Amino acid sequence: MFEIVDKKVLNSSVTSLTIKAPFIAKKAKAGQFLIVKADETGERIPLTISDFDSSAGTVTIVIQAVGFTTKKLVRMNCGDYLADVAGPLGLPTEFGNPKKAIIIGGGVGCAIAYPQAKTLHNMGVDVTVIAGFRSKDIVILEDEMKKVSNNLYITTDDGSYGEKGLVTDVLKRLLNKGGYDLVIAIGPVIMMKFVALTTKPYSVKTIVSLNPIMIDGTGMCGGCRVNVGGETKFACVDGPDFDGHLVDFDELMRRNTLFREEEAHACRLEETNNG
Amino acid sequence: MADMTPQKTKMPEQEPQIRNKNFEEVALGYTKEMAIKEAGRCLNCKNKPCVSGCPVNVRIPDFIACVAKGDFEEAYNIITATNALPAVCGRVCPQENQCEGKCIRGIKGESVGIGRLERFVADYHREHGKAAEVNIKPNGKKVAVVGAGPAGLTCAGDLARKGYDVTVFEAFHTAGGVLIYGIPEFRLPKSVVAAEVENLKNLGVKVMTDMVIGKVLTLDEIKDMGFEAIFVGSGAGLPMFMGIEGENALGVYSANEFLTRINLMKAYKDEYDTPIKKIKKVAVVGGGNVAMDAARCAKRLGADVHIVYRRSEDEMPARSEEIHHAKEEGINFEFLTNPTRILYDENFRVKGIECISMRLGEPDAGGRRRPEKIAGSEHILDVDSVIMAIGTRPNPLLLKATPDIKTNERGCIIVSDGMETSKDGVYAGGDAVSGAATVISAMGAGKHAAATIDEKLKATE
Repeated sequence: MFEIVDKKVLNSSVTSLTIKAPFIAKKAKAGQFLIVKADETGERIPLTISDFDSSAGTVTIVIQAVGFTTKKLVRMNCGDYLADVAGPLGLPTEFGNPKKAIIIGGGVGCAIAYPQAKTLHNMGVDVTVIAGFRSKDIVILEDEMKKVSNNLYITTDDGSYGEKGLVTDVLKRLLNKGGYDLVIAIGPVIMMKFVALTTKPYSVKTIVSLNPIMIDGTGMCGGCRVNVGGETKFACVDGPDFDGHLVDFDELMRRNTLFREEEAHACRLEETNNG
Repeated sequence: MADMTPQKTKMPEQEPQIRNKNFEEVALGYTKEMAIKEAGRCLNCKNKPCVSGCPVNVRIPDFIACVAKGDFEEAYNIITATNALPAVCGRVCPQENQCEGKCIRGIKGESVGIGRLERFVADYHREHGKAAEVNIKPNGKKVAVVGAGPAGLTCAGDLARKGYDVTVFEAFHTAGGVLIYGIPEFRLPKSVVAAEVENLKNLGVKVMTDMVIGKVLTLDEIKDMGFEAIFVGSGAGLPMFMGIEGENALGVYSANEFLTRINLMKAYKDEYDTPIKKIKKVAVVGGGNVAMDAARCAKRLGADVHIVYRRSEDEMPARSEEIHHAKEEGINFEFLTNPTRILYDENFRVKGIECISMRLGEPDAGGRRRPEKIAGSEHILDVDSVIMAIGTRPNPLLLKATPDIKTNERGCIIVSDGMETSKDGVYAGGDAVSGAATVISAMGAGKHAAATIDEKLKATE
C-alpha cells in the first residue's frame, strides 16, 4: 500500500499526486515511469514520474482525468492509499551533453516536460521551454517552467493566452535562428509527430516520450510495442524515450485506440453510478 | 492385494458444453471414496520407479499407502516433506511424462492416478486439515528470492523450513508468477495458489510485491541489505512474435498479454477495471500448453476459436489432456498450417490471417519432423483477433542491470550443477535458466538451489 501524501489540483482535469514510495524515490530518474493500480480490482496503468524526492521518499505523478482509471485516481485524496505502485520503470532519458535545448510540453505533457527542463537547467544547459495548451484556463506549471528556463513560450490554440497557434510555430521560428542541439517533446502523439517532422530538416536530435497501452511495464505483455526505425520495440523496457525521427507515430496513434469503445463504456457506467 | 482394475478411477469433470462458458475449474477432484479406491491400485513396488520420475522426489508409494488407509493428513505430511506446492502440482504437472509415465501399472492399462491423488490430498488438507505447527529454529541467516513463481516459492519454502529468514521479491502485485498470470482459473484456481503462498508465509517467508528487481533494487543492493545468498527465479516472461506483416495491428496479442488480462487482472469479471476486447473469431498460433490455455480462455469469452499449428497433432508439445479438453470444448484445430501475414482494415483492426499449408519433411535435430511450406497453398482465415503463443524467452530486465551474470545465446542464465551463477552468492533456476519449461521442473530447480545455498551458507559458519 502506498500513501498519497500530497495532492494538487493543477486545472479542472489535471491533478498531481505525491506518493510515499521510498524504494522507488531512491532510484527514480527523469524520463522513467511507474505502474499504478488504484485498488484491489483496479487496472495497472503507466504514469510518467514528474518529480521525486529521495530524501522524503516520495514520487509525484500528474494525472489527466480522461478515462475510467484516471478519474478514479484524481478522486483520491491525501491519506488515501494506492494499492500498488511499481517502478521506476523504463530507461532514464539520455540527455547527452547538449548546449542549447528546446523542451516542448503539450497540455498535461508539461508535467513531464518540466522535470526534463529542470534537469537540463541544473546541468547548465541553455533551456527554452515551449508549452502548448488548448486555452488559458488549462495552463499549468507556468511559474515552475519559468524558473528552470532561459525562455518560456506559451501557446494556446484559441489565443486566449500567450501566443495563438501551435508549439511547432514557435519551434520553427527558433530553429530558423539556429544553435539548438536537442529537442525533447512530451505530449499528445500528434504533437510529438509534428515536432519530429519540424525538426527533421534541421537534423536536430529529437527525443519523444511515448505512453502506449501496457499492463506489466516490465516487457512481459508486449502490448506497448511500437515501430521504431522499422523494428518492433517495447516502450516499457526499450523506452519510453525514443528518437522522434524514427518512431512510426501513425501506427502508435492507431494502437492507442484499442480500448476506445470499452473506455467509453466504462466512463458512461461510472457517470451513471455517480448519479 | 492391489485393485487390478486396468483404468484409473474417472475424474469427475464439468460437462464440456457447460464449462466452456465459465471459468470454474474443469476437473472437480476425487471424493474420499474415489481417492481410496484409486490408491488401492498402487502395487507399492519395491524399486519405486514413480519416485525417480518426480523432479522433487515425492515419496509416492508411501503417501498413496496412507490414502488407501484413509490417513489423508499423514499423506499430506509425506508429500509436503519434499513438495512445497502439492495442490498446484497435482493439477498442472505433466504426470504422464513423469511419475505416472514410470508407473508399472501403465504397462498393461493405465498408470495409477498419482497426480489426481496428490491433488486430492492437498485439497483435503486445505479444506479439513489444521495448519501444521511451525517449529522451525531460526538460524539468523537472510536469503533473498527474486520472483514468486514456482521456482522461487519452492526455494523459499525449503530454505524457510531449514531456518533461513527468506524474503521473496515479486514484480507483480500478487505472488505466484505464471501460476497467477499464465495458467487459467479453470485449470488452477487462484485461491489454491493463494493458499499455497499463505502456507509459505506461515513458515516465516516474507513476500514483497511491486518490487521490480533490476530497477528498484539491484542484486548488489540486496546483498548490502544483509542477504547472504540470492536465488533468481525470474522466469521466461518475454513474449516472442513471428515478425510477420500486420503483427502490430489492433487485435493481435501475445498469449502473455491475453492471459494476463484474464488471469491476473480478471478482465472477464465485471467488477474488475481491466478491459478486454470482445472477440468473435480468433486464431491462436502455437501448439503448446500456453496456446491451449489461451484458446480455452477465448472460448469462454464467447469466441469461435481456431488453433493454428504448423506441424501435426502428434508433434504438439501441449499435454494430451489439454488437447483433449480443448477439443471437447469445441476448439478447432488447423494442423499443418502456418501464418504468413495478418490482414487489417482501414482502422488497423485485424480482419483475417493469411496462412500457408505445410507438410512434414525430415526430422530436425530435436527429432521432430520439420514442417515445410506447400507452395501456392496460401489461404485466409477470417478472424478479428490473433493470439501469438509461439513461446517466451527469459526476461532480460534483471540481467541488463546485472551484467556480471553470464547468459547463453538464448538469454538463459548459465548455472553450475549446483545452480550457481557466475555472480558470487547468486543462484538461479527455473525458466530463467532452462527457457520456458514446466512448473515442476522449475520447482525441482528451486529445490536443488535451496540445497546448495544451505550447504554453502552452512560451510561459511
